[in-house]
Amino acid sequence: MAYEITLLTTMAISVLFALSLNFISGFCGQISLGHAAFIGAGAYASALLAKSSVPFLLTLPAAALTAGVIGLVIGLTSLRVRHDFLAITTMGVGFLFVGIVRQQDFLGGEIGISGIPSSGLSRVGFMAFCIGLALAFAAFSLFIRRSWMGFVFDSIADNEDVTRILGIDASRYKLIAFVIGTAVAGIAGALYAHHFRFVGPDSFGFVESVSILAMVIVGGIGSVWGVAFSAAVLSVLPLLVQFVDDYKLLVYSGLLFAVMRFAPDGLAGMIRRLRNRVRKAPP
Amino acid sequence: MTEVLNVQDVTVRFGGVVAVADVSLIIRDGEMVGFIGPNGAGKTTLMRVITGIVQPQEGRVLLNGRDLAGLTVNARVRAGLALAQQIVQPLRALSLLDNVALACGRVKTNHVLAAMVRTDRSRERRRAMDLLGLVGLADAAHELPATLPLGFLKRMEVARAMALEPELLLLDEPLAGLNHAEAAALANLIADLNRQGQTILLIEHNIREVTRICKTLYVQDNGRPLAYGDTASVMANPEVRRAYLGANA
Repeated sequence: MAYEITLLTTMAISVLFALSLNFISGFCGQISLGHAAFIGAGAYASALLAKSSVPFLLTLPAAALTAGVIGLVIGLTSLRVRHDFLAITTMGVGFLFVGIVRQQDFLGGEIGISGIPSSGLSRVGFMAFCIGLALAFAAFSLFIRRSWMGFVFDSIADNEDVTRILGIDASRYKLIAFVIGTAVAGIAGALYAHHFRFVGPDSFGFVESVSILAMVIVGGIGSVWGVAFSAAVLSVLPLLVQFVDDYKLLVYSGLLFAVMRFAPDGLAGMIRRLRNRVRKAPP
Repeated sequence: MTEVLNVQDVTVRFGGVVAVADVSLIIRDGEMVGFIGPNGAGKTTLMRVITGIVQPQEGRVLLNGRDLAGLTVNARVRAGLALAQQIVQPLRALSLLDNVALACGRVKTNHVLAAMVRTDRSRERRRAMDLLGLVGLADAAHELPATLPLGFLKRMEVARAMALEPELLLLDEPLAGLNHAEAAALANLIADLNRQGQTILLIEHNIREVTRICKTLYVQDNGRPLAYGDTASVMANPEVRRAYLGANA
């Protein structure tokens, strides 16, 4: 039973992390290749605070704030770049994060931070808490999709220049999407730190950024349920299948390529098309 | 009549090339000015100066007396400009109705936090449907842009620009790419909008239609002002005829 609880907790944290990237890339069309840096920032902030005897629940807003502030700074500087340039900028941020963490003794350097105190919740309680947060952010994402903010996000993802000639400050909307997405990634980081009770630079590198992007694209970029499903399955696949764990980057990159080539709108798009075909089929 | 647009002594250089040289132009409330000129005359550059995409080296642009210098494109739109572009740019993932409804919701999209908590689009969709009806697209309101011909998309862009309730409507070659019948129909629609009080700057290559619907013309050639005044006298101007029809005109 303990193993299943670990799997479900890992799934929930990955779903929250993937939905945070979906908020930036799926809703607003800003592709990030360095999102692992933000879960890392949250995880390190939470780990340091927890080691200083700060209660788990208080480390969550601190982790969100840390990742969100870094997201704000990077968001402000990256507003001038678009599309593939933004992807490269964020990839650089990911490498920079790992490079800095490795050099800082107070962050544990290469060894990382171990012995992070327990959350204070039971294993089942912590699992339920993680699932609750993932569901809450999924609900928030669905609400945003229906709101005028979601309407503007759709417009920005479609054509940023047209959005501007409709009198909309596209930069401000892009920035708020980036800050919300990175802050939530920070919360996922706090959960990660208290789940594994260890954080190290290798956990938040380029492979993790590509993996989470693969989860978003395979699920159907922009689709809350598609991304949640994809993240739930793909996050535990390496734990269930040894081959996937050994060749994670190869498998996820291959999956990413296959989906972008054959079904660019991912699982959500495939299900949508199938549903439309069934509806149109003669009785 | 009050001045809506006042372009004062604007000069734009790209490196050593002078694209617009010392151009001044005034459009008063309720006027429709046809802005014509041969290819390379600097029409689109001046349009870009007005919308803020290109910054002039000299001169300034006033909208209702307010200097637009330093304002971004979206801030200029908020100040009262609206633009329908030469190359149609619909939001392709949205229906025609939602393309226009988004423009109708400028009060809701002005503040990010307000946009976050508001979900109701019914009022904006009703207004958008009225505007699509005005341009003859009510039946296609729920279609996606990819399924529709160019003429429909040009009309949608006019409706989308009108949804911003602009002080000045900038139309950049709205008739380009349309056949005679479509061009005449869209020109009639633009004339109707002007008759209803809309101030319009119409940049257009289609001389037949622009001279038919505009009482005032402004002509530019090689970035320099060539003629300005009522349509008949401008078209009778030998320099204008030479610019359009060659040296022997």
